[in-house]
Amino acid sequence: MSQIREKVDVCVIGAGHAGCEAALACARMGLETVIFTVSVDSIALMPCNPNVGGSSKGHLVREVDALGGEMGKNIDKTFIQSKMLNISKGPAVHSLRAQADKAEYSRSMRKVLENQEHLSIKQSEICEILTENIQKNILEDDAKNIQKETPENMTEYRQNEMLENASENRHKNISEYNRKRVLGVKTFTGTVYEAKAVILCTGTYLRARCLCGESITYTGPNGLQAANYLTDSLKSLGIEMRRFKTGTPARMDKRSLDFSKMEEQFGDKKIVPFSFSTDPESVQIEQDSCWLTYTNAKTHEIIRANLDRSPIYAGIIEGTGPRYCPSIEDKVVKFADKERHQVFIEPEGRHTNEMYVGGMSSSMPEDVQLAMYRTVPGLENCRIVRNAYAIEYDCIDARQLNPTLEFKEIEGFYSAGQSNGSSGYEEAAAQGLLAGINAALKCKGREQIIIDRSEGYLGVLVDDLVTKDNTEPYRMMTSRAEYRLLLRQDNADIRLRKKGYEVGLITREQMDHLERKMELIQKEIKRLRETSIGASPSNQAFLERMGSSSLKTAVTLAELMCRPELSYKVLAEIDPERTNLPTDVLEQVEIEIKYHGYIERQQRQVDQYRKMEKKKIPEDIDYDDVLSLRLEARQKLKLFRPVSVGQASRISGVTPADVSVLLVYLEHRGK
Amino acid sequence: MWSDTIAAIATGLSDAGIGIVRISGDNAFDVADRIFQSAGKRKRVEEYGSHTIHYGYVVDDGEIIDEVMLSLMKKPKSYTREDTVEISCHGGLFLLKRVLESVLKNGARLAEPGEFTKRAFLNGRIDLTKAEAVMDLIHSQNEFARKNSLQQLRGSVFKEIRELRKEILYELAFIESALDDPEHIDTEGYPERLSNVLKLLLERIKKLLDSADDGRMRKEGIRTVIVGKPNAGKSSLLNLLAGEEIAIVTEIAGTTRDTLQESVRLKDLSLNLIDTAGIRSTEDVIEKIGVERAKKYASEADLIVYVADASVPLDENDSQIMESIREKKVIVLLNKTDLPAVVTKESFLDFYREKSSLWKEEENTFRRPSSLKIEDSFIPCVINTSTREGTGMEEFENAVEKLFFDGVIRQEDEVVITSLRQKEEIREAYESLQLVQESLQAGMPEDFFSIDLMNAYAALGHVIGEEVGEDLVNEIFSKFCLGK
Repeated sequence: MSQIREKVDVCVIGAGHAGCEAALACARMGLETVIFTVSVDSIALMPCNPNVGGSSKGHLVREVDALGGEMGKNIDKTFIQSKMLNISKGPAVHSLRAQADKAEYSRSMRKVLENQEHLSIKQSEICEILTENIQKNILEDDAKNIQKETPENMTEYRQNEMLENASENRHKNISEYNRKRVLGVKTFTGTVYEAKAVILCTGTYLRARCLCGESITYTGPNGLQAANYLTDSLKSLGIEMRRFKTGTPARMDKRSLDFSKMEEQFGDKKIVPFSFSTDPESVQIEQDSCWLTYTNAKTHEIIRANLDRSPIYAGIIEGTGPRYCPSIEDKVVKFADKERHQVFIEPEGRHTNEMYVGGMSSSMPEDVQLAMYRTVPGLENCRIVRNAYAIEYDCIDARQLNPTLEFKEIEGFYSAGQSNGSSGYEEAAAQGLLAGINAALKCKGREQIIIDRSEGYLGVLVDDLVTKDNTEPYRMMTSRAEYRLLLRQDNADIRLRKKGYEVGLITREQMDHLERKMELIQKEIKRLRETSIGASPSNQAFLERMGSSSLKTAVTLAELMCRPELSYKVLAEIDPERTNLPTDVLEQVEIEIKYHGYIERQQRQVDQYRKMEKKKIPEDIDYDDVLSLRLEARQKLKLFRPVSVGQASRISGVTPADVSVLLVYLEHRGK
Repeated sequence: MWSDTIAAIATGLSDAGIGIVRISGDNAFDVADRIFQSAGKRKRVEEYGSHTIHYGYVVDDGEIIDEVMLSLMKKPKSYTREDTVEISCHGGLFLLKRVLESVLKNGARLAEPGEFTKRAFLNGRIDLTKAEAVMDLIHSQNEFARKNSLQQLRGSVFKEIRELRKEILYELAFIESALDDPEHIDTEGYPERLSNVLKLLLERIKKLLDSADDGRMRKEGIRTVIVGKPNAGKSSLLNLLAGEEIAIVTEIAGTTRDTLQESVRLKDLSLNLIDTAGIRSTEDVIEKIGVERAKKYASEADLIVYVADASVPLDENDSQIMESIREKKVIVLLNKTDLPAVVTKESFLDFYREKSSLWKEEENTFRRPSSLKIEDSFIPCVINTSTREGTGMEEFENAVEKLFFDGVIRQEDEVVITSLRQKEEIREAYESLQLVQESLQAGMPEDFFSIDLMNAYAALGHVIGEEVGEDLVNEIFSKFCLGK
């Protein structure tokens, strides 16, 4: 039997939300890419909730779109309801969320992949990552360098001596870091794909098992085949693994539910698309409704009476579950004083009767599930199509990655998505895109990119994953973004599109469009700041009518806009010179002026932060050379090898004093 | 990182004739301009020539604080290679601190320990060979400041700040939960509630600030407990150190039946002195309670001053005292040297060694070996004193200072003023909460409150040496039920 050997540029393992973005980015950047999945029918599957976006996750989708990713475009094509959340709050926390037609979402993404040049899809389980040690090559490089730098008249003896010294030093370093380089992957059927870069996007499939009460199946989500071999290969490469857990509620037959007992939840009247490239007019569709109902004392009683049959409380589940997405058992136990919990009934799509029961994920046995669901108003006669279940899976400790999402110790090997210990489709897509971009840049010999905490939620997400000790699946939250006033969903294009253009995922035309927009914004802000409004009787009358205090001296239009009761729109009356500007321009103008003080303060914090991020720590730093570091800090720094002083300062156990010491050392070294 | 403007008292904290407040950084001249009133022609500080000196006043809120000389050095011709202003004041700790405070109020922040030197180094001013010394300096001073501030803050202030933080964190978590899960958590009517909470918080922080002003905060100093046999002169010592008659002193042994407290300053340190009833076996019920209390205080003390009467022989009561204080930092005063001495330094230490070897045996048989190390630290400093004549006090002060400043490198150009730093942070918290109030009044949406709430939370954290870390996320998950 002869083995098939294929040669490509990039292998992407897994075709979920991370894998799709990673593969598309690589192929669009011109690299021959192959994406592996255990089932072609499950590309871009949404195995849990039928939404894209939501608080802070909507920001991520916008950022993915700004950088040239696909998620935003795909949900714009396949949503059935859309809502801008937090609209009564500040612009920084407005967040888009759409109900997806799951099947359509998946089909549509598959079509994009299938039609993408340079990209091929392969149904195959990957069992092994192939690597080599890079020690030998470095020594050869040394030899070359020494030859290059040595004057011709130097004796061969002296050259050899230098070579030996160099190799000795290298040995010291290598024995410490043991770096490898990725060579490709091997499938279950034995085929080898040689590649320059490999991206791990295995989601929840690694050694997955699903639990529904006492019944345990060794499958991935939705009964799909688990990937049972890859964990061993990763471990043999020295990668530290973790075991996490998550869960999903039941799906019910729409015909068995009584919606008259629930509150109807509508979508927004005016729909805003996710993608900056989608024509807003094209998304004004007929929307489907969601429904709201509540649990009650009876529900909680049944759950409490059966806690001993829950795998979590019975101790069968070993993985760590997320606190932000508790099962209904958890909610009842941890918030015992709450009389009821919300339950959202959401359609899974337009061509199915299945309804998702949001808020009631569970790993209880089937009979308990049925009993507890049937206590909820409207669900008294419910028929369950798919049972709720908990899923356990292997993922990596993401602190082994650089902020580029490349493994520190394995060149060319990247990891993204749930396999990094995150959770959520949007978090996965965002990481997938970044890993894809960097893998492609690496193949092309270009410098990789890092998105930092002041540039996007994507930056916060990645930095938290690669820096902090995450003991549960990581979900994006607005409270994690310290500069969120600047990281709004409305300005994701202004923040990130240029990066997308530079790597080659955004076209010149798209960039021109953005530059025109930015120019209009700046011009209008300048005009408003310079246009003076005098204390004329007509102006005073206008202000009085608006319930605003009268003027003592002349002020600018911008100053008037800062008053809470006045807006750009109402000022039209006393601002005859204004021209007709697009809504997205006006939105930016209004925010920039109205929240100027806050934005400026935040900008100052960002400037401080960036200075620390810019202080890079050289890869070959030996922390034993840094005197005065406390033992704990030294150990942590040695273990996680942060790329910048800023990142070092965020590692738990590294104090401000240690950071000062490090700064002084680096400066010393630099001279 | 090192472009913001820092300030500190650059001379030692002594009552020398002249003291200097140094300001360094991009805004050094602006800051100086806001507080300096030239006696001559009104000119902006930055318009003065480099390396010139000017006579005038430091004015804060219209009040003249001190008559000063202001000298300025334009970058890069200064120690730090940044714009630098030095204000020479009329010495005296109080005035110096007032000047520094106005500087801090007007845009500078208090320098970290070693920060001027650090900047001098980073900006290439200091020779490379000094790098290691600088690192050690930063490290040890930070450790010292941290420990010292915590020591000073034990007790009520510490507890109050913890409470305040807890309440701020709850509000933060509520807002953030509502933002993250708007469909589960409603903010209807929240601004009114927050406004009430803020009012109370601001009042409480104001109280802290006031107490810092009149020095009450410093009362939470080093907890010093005076112990000894009855009539050894403990109360006389308290009165001597406090400079007034606090305790009743008589010839009758057992006069002090309960504990007395007083805060005194010794050099740069503040001692929270606690005088206790003499320790002896007694049948008197009230005195017995006093003795028990004395032992309890001794067990919680940072420093024990053990007053022994040198005119009578050491006895069982003394060994009982030694036993109860052997895990502590101890200074022994051999008192009443004005009378013929029965006990000398040598005989006292002999007595002690005997006891100590006894304890050691005990430990080997009955106690965990880890407590053996006590023996090393228990090498008490013994000083001859006479509280009646007031002799030996200077030696005592030096001994206290040595115990608490030991191993700390004191640099000429920087001095750690922990309490002032703490005050700065508390004021920052206060101002941040005021900003929240402003946002509330301006009708801003909830997410704007959390920016300044977080600032206040972090600032109060600095006071008690706690970082923000994952506090907020943890609070959200523990207090609010989120999720699909």
